[in-house]
Amino acid sequence: MGDAEIIPIGTRGRPGRGQGGAKPSSASRSLASGSRKPPASRRTPAGAGAEPDQGLPTDAEVVALGVESEQPAEPAAPTETSAAQPPAPRPPVRTDEPVPHGGVPVADLLSAFQLAARELFGDQWEPQLARLLAFVRRRITGDYVVDEYGFDQEVTERFFLAALRPIAQKWFRVEVRGADNIPAAGGALVVSNHSGTIPVDGLMTMVTVHDHTGRHLRPLGADLVFKMPVVSSLARKGGTTLACNEDAERMLRGGELVGVWPEGFKGIGKPYAERYKLQRFGRGGFVSAALRTQVPIVPLSVVGAEEIYPLIANLPSLARLLGLPYVPVTPLFPWLGPLGLVPLPSKWLMEFGEPIRTDEFEAGAADDPMLVFNVTDQVRETIQSTLYSLLMQRESVFR
Amino acid sequence: MANTSADDRVVLVTGVSRDLGRRFARRLAASPGVARVIGVDVTPPRGDVGDVSFVRADIRNPVIAKVIAKEDVDTVVHMSVISTPGSAGGRGTMKELNVIGTMQLLAACQKAPGVRRLVVKSSTTVYGASNRDPAMFTEDMEPRRAPRSGYAKDVAEIESYVRGFARRRPDVRVTTLRCANVIGPHVVSPMTSYFRLPVLPTVLGYDARLQFLHEEDLMAVLGHTVAHERPGTFNVAGDDVLMLSQAIRRLQRPSVPMPGFMVGNVGQALRRARLAEFSPEQIGFLTYGRGVDTTRMRRDLGFEPRFTTAEAFADFGAGLMPTGGRVERVLAGVADHLPPAEPVEPAEPAGSVGSPRRPQPLEVPRG
Repeated sequence: MGDAEIIPIGTRGRPGRGQGGAKPSSASRSLASGSRKPPASRRTPAGAGAEPDQGLPTDAEVVALGVESEQPAEPAAPTETSAAQPPAPRPPVRTDEPVPHGGVPVADLLSAFQLAARELFGDQWEPQLARLLAFVRRRITGDYVVDEYGFDQEVTERFFLAALRPIAQKWFRVEVRGADNIPAAGGALVVSNHSGTIPVDGLMTMVTVHDHTGRHLRPLGADLVFKMPVVSSLARKGGTTLACNEDAERMLRGGELVGVWPEGFKGIGKPYAERYKLQRFGRGGFVSAALRTQVPIVPLSVVGAEEIYPLIANLPSLARLLGLPYVPVTPLFPWLGPLGLVPLPSKWLMEFGEPIRTDEFEAGAADDPMLVFNVTDQVRETIQSTLYSLLMQRESVFR
Repeated sequence: MANTSADDRVVLVTGVSRDLGRRFARRLAASPGVARVIGVDVTPPRGDVGDVSFVRADIRNPVIAKVIAKEDVDTVVHMSVISTPGSAGGRGTMKELNVIGTMQLLAACQKAPGVRRLVVKSSTTVYGASNRDPAMFTEDMEPRRAPRSGYAKDVAEIESYVRGFARRRPDVRVTTLRCANVIGPHVVSPMTSYFRLPVLPTVLGYDARLQFLHEEDLMAVLGHTVAHERPGTFNVAGDDVLMLSQAIRRLQRPSVPMPGFMVGNVGQALRRARLAEFSPEQIGFLTYGRGVDTTRMRRDLGFEPRFTTAEAFADFGAGLMPTGGRVERVLAGVADHLPPAEPVEPAEPAGSVGSPRRPQPLEVPRG
């Protein structure tokens, strides 16, 4: 029945407004404003062009007969109405709704995200991701515990040690001897030589001790550490506290493994020519702290840290200006700028010596200066002789 | 000695015009063993003082001696050491109130034979805050840098006058309570007004360790000291420490880290706007923080605070509207869509990460 009616629906690729004519009808021209003309004329044929191929004539007629009032937004409706009654009010041509979320492939993105999550966390990605999220949320809401020194165990294990570990293992290839000399529990004082211009040896010792014993080495830092911004807060989070008798004794009484570098800035800032020559061991305060708390002293000798930044000169006036103990000049710094801060990849050896017991001395031993000096010298001699033997064993600086 | 006359104790409390002093005096008046409580201050208290008889007297002039003599006071609780010049008028007035007031009060006490006990509410500010501080100050330690100005200097001077008084009147039991920053929903102090700022300025690159004392615990420790005879100097603080960054995160307030000298400038602007009080020693405190050892408080004073530092801070923060925390809310929304791991997740950090090996790092048994 409807052979004549179906023709107006499409234009079969020809331009026009559904009449089959070469030009848009006057009705559609009056509807479409001048500026909108090109898109309007392009869109309608495309939208309606699909209709006649699949649409049966009956369908088209039903539409034409008056369902249009109920479904005005149907793509076929505008053309129909324009064909049937040109001046009738109807929705503008450009109202055909765009695809919801047009252009944003939500489903694709979601599946890509899931794929990435699976790639990152394995098959158990949901609990893994939830755990990561819980960690992040815990950090953001401050729902974590620090001890009285400001030590943040979570962030130390997850970030600091994780970042330092590859440096220790891959860059410096730290070789450890005598790690079983570190007590597995209870307070102990690790005393080490200090070198390397920047206290990298302290950081590496922290990683090494943690990896070999599972205990956290709690370093004692100079007051300069706590004066410097950023360094100060990182040091506290990493477990450092001030190198003073009160803190050392408090930590040792609390059963912590405390690390101390008694040479201080004299050791770390000595010129390269004096490498592996131990400086004065402070005033022996670390010995009296160990004596008072009766914890063993574990001597630690570190070989390799001297070569990471060979200190060839010092800028004392600039150091005074900046309030620093020294401003180093190394073969690479400051000539190469920040690149000069990359340490040379020397080979490191760490030897933990036999623990020196302090619980056999009588009660007032810490107040006997001569005894304190003797024990200090004993520790110093042990470290110095171990350094020499380690240097003999080392093939070369970098191997 | 005091326990025999415990029923007819007459307590004089200074500094009752301020909220904490008024509430303490009121609570003390209601407690058993105390016959009378006389509240003294320059200005009348704003709230209800209950059974406390208020005497309007300036402790800076000798009238206070007459009050002590006439009322037959045997216990004096000195609480009118103010930390901000804001309410008093200026730094000069504040110093006058703090130092001269204490001197007059002590002079009056020295002349009054009936006085048996003196309780001074001091502050941990006497220890100062610097990069050379030990992690935890015990009562025997001196500040690494003697305070040069402000509240800290006032407190240090007051304490030295109190020590002098204790030497001259050995029969009077003197207890000095060095309280950490008092915090709580009703406390108005430089610390609480700092945390009430919608955006908190912090010192770039530093993270202070903070200790707080809940207002309830302050009341309790003062009451405890009045009830029990425990002479000496004691640090009073909640257990554990909070980092400043952690505290701000718990409040869900945004912070603006800025170099130290800028914090001073911002502080001055805030002071002019009457939003917060930023004294140099407070900036020092927000830079380096301070921790005090409370072993002696437990062992010798026999006082156990009800709130830890974190709990006291949570109680304070509960009444504050979070001004930030948008990221947290987004993450919480995401976490809600990952239900299966939720039961797994709290068990994991609690066991391996969340709690250190030593769960109670503060209780280091000493001696």
